[in-house]
Amino acid sequence: MERLGGFEIFGQVMWNFAPVWIGLIVILWASIHFRSRLGLYGKLFDSPIGIAGLILVLFWVLTAIFADQIATFDALDQISGMKNKKPGWPVKDQEGLFYILGGDNLARDVFSRMVYGSREVLIIAPAATLFAFMVGITLGLPAGFYGGRMDTILSFVANLVLAFPVILLFFLLVTPEIRADGPEFELWGGQKWIASVPNLMALCLFLFPIIFFVVLWVSRYSTQPRKLAIYLAVTMVIGLWAYLGLVFNADPFGVFYMDPNLLNIFVSVVFVNSPTVYRIVRGVTIDIKTRDYVAAAQTRGERPWYIMLWEVLPNARGPLIVDFCLRIGYTTILLGTLGFFGLGVSPESPNWGQTINEGRKLLSLYPHLALPPALALMSLVLGLNLLADGLREESLKD
Amino acid sequence: MGSFLLKRSGVMFLTALCLTFIVFFLTNLDPNLEKLTKSEGNQRMTDQQVEDWLVKNGYRQNLFKRYGEWLGVAPGWTRTDADTGKVTGRCLKGGIAPEEASSFCGLLQGNWGHSLVFKEPIGGIIIKKLGLTGWLMFWVMVAMVPMALLIGVVAGMREGTKTDRTLSTFSIITTSTPEYVSGVILIVIFASRLGGLRWFKGTSASAMDSITFENFFLPVVALALYGMGYIARMTRASMAEVMTEQYIRTARLKGLTFRAVVLKHALRNALIAPFTVIMLQIPWLLTGVVIIETLFNYKGFGWTLVAAVGNNDIELMMAASVVAVLVVLVTQLISDIGYVFLNPRIRVS
Repeated sequence: MERLGGFEIFGQVMWNFAPVWIGLIVILWASIHFRSRLGLYGKLFDSPIGIAGLILVLFWVLTAIFADQIATFDALDQISGMKNKKPGWPVKDQEGLFYILGGDNLARDVFSRMVYGSREVLIIAPAATLFAFMVGITLGLPAGFYGGRMDTILSFVANLVLAFPVILLFFLLVTPEIRADGPEFELWGGQKWIASVPNLMALCLFLFPIIFFVVLWVSRYSTQPRKLAIYLAVTMVIGLWAYLGLVFNADPFGVFYMDPNLLNIFVSVVFVNSPTVYRIVRGVTIDIKTRDYVAAAQTRGERPWYIMLWEVLPNARGPLIVDFCLRIGYTTILLGTLGFFGLGVSPESPNWGQTINEGRKLLSLYPHLALPPALALMSLVLGLNLLADGLREESLKD
Repeated sequence: MGSFLLKRSGVMFLTALCLTFIVFFLTNLDPNLEKLTKSEGNQRMTDQQVEDWLVKNGYRQNLFKRYGEWLGVAPGWTRTDADTGKVTGRCLKGGIAPEEASSFCGLLQGNWGHSLVFKEPIGGIIIKKLGLTGWLMFWVMVAMVPMALLIGVVAGMREGTKTDRTLSTFSIITTSTPEYVSGVILIVIFASRLGGLRWFKGTSASAMDSITFENFFLPVVALALYGMGYIARMTRASMAEVMTEQYIRTARLKGLTFRAVVLKHALRNALIAPFTVIMLQIPWLLTGVVIIETLFNYKGFGWTLVAAVGNNDIELMMAASVVAVLVVLVTQLISDIGYVFLNPRIRVS
């Protein structure tokens, strides 16, 4: 079989992404059709930068969803004779199959690895950012609202984490040694739990979403006991279930589970991101608490936590949504950096940072190894930054 | 101003203490110490032998006491061997007699320890490596700051025009391209077979002896690009804000040319905010320096940090961390003070 030429490679890539194109067309058509009813999201379609960002982000989200349909091979499949082969190389003994973007150092398909890499990023980055926001909001709101000694202490701690060079923190915090160090505890059913630094951090940080939702419901529905009971019960059941699974790896049904490597990365990324979110939330809260509607709520006799969560927070959503987009992009870059230094990820994982690192060693001979994941990472981050810019522009217009 | 400085320095001092203690704790975890013991002794030591070695070398004291010793505020440990009567101690390494040795020997006394990887005193290594990284940072700053300010000012002086949109999009693209991505793309274009243009070298190992355009261009550009976008965006925002001020309108109505308004009235006020951003960008560049030095094999400070971590060189890791933390804190302090000096509207009581 002949090797594919430049145009054929391009055509094959486009063809393989077919589910993504269809998904993009459907979503964009629906969004433009109903844009007047979609609030801020609908207004995004007024800004060309916002549309460009949205398309890039949607492209990768859809790629992650349809990864099984798009990828031509498994991320770990090794086919003999395909080591470091150039893009468009036909697979031996299999009619009509090609390594569209070539083979890597271990004879795996570069294209499929890039596609599966999007899954790794798009699951961890938004989830870690969400957790960082939970931590930042839960601590930032009272710090900004009450001020005083608590504010001083929390801000000092936040500045402490921010003064830590990020790369140094990762080198120290994401290591196999740190995961194994600490007193061991026997849990039920013969499960063991090590009180290592990442596990202890998970113990604290994963508590914040539960605290956040409990306070959210209690502050709002304390006069409606029945509604409150239902909301609280649902929150506690799901929250504690996930908490047991993620922190102690002891989910009785095996739904919530996180690999120790992954937990280590996840916790570190949340830890690095939350102080910045805290500072933003605190700053916005200090600004908003002088507004008239907050004074009105105070005169009505509302409790402080109600004002914080149901008056201040909804009105702080603009800067927070913009920062959320930016922060997912930043987290993607951080995850790439971790992969680049081979920290915490399993050696065969197809995540982009690690693939770039493997490819860079052979860069001058085989540039096709590192280039696809590098461009993929860049386009995703670019999409998120453009989206944030578009959102900022549109939300400022109000 | 005096009390402001005093307060800031106090907080900075406290921060430095906390951070170095955290680093000390994390580098001295049990598994790390065990690895250290086995590399000092041999790989087949039993757990009991490891434990004995650690006790004998003062690693099993209270963590705070050891931190104090390392810092040089607590007297170094000494130990008299029960069988031979030989005295060993923290300050007695290298064959110094117990009578002549000082009782304190830590960071404050200039004793940075001995590197396992480089087999040299750490103080010398750090100074040499910082010198190399200093050159990299110098050229990055020379390339980055003027470009960023120019892009920001040109984009911000006429907000909303086509020039503004083009330049802003360009800055967003550069902020979306982390060093390990731009480095790879630059090497592929300018230093590989695929790109065809072999203008520059894909490695900067030779730049450690003599810096040439050929071997230093790519790392400098890769680092400068990522940092540039952010400064440019901040400058643009600041410039755009200044251009809407009353005094700019007055100057325009007075009949001054647009050029004179921008250069004489707007620029000076618009450059206050970017100064802070540029100072705060320095610690942020640290991550980039580590990545770029690894990618281009330039054996400076960042490369040393990676080598220290990879080889479990605890004392070198500690020394590198101290330098990194100091760089962060000092740049923060300078940016705070500079901001107050540059902006007469802010009065610090």
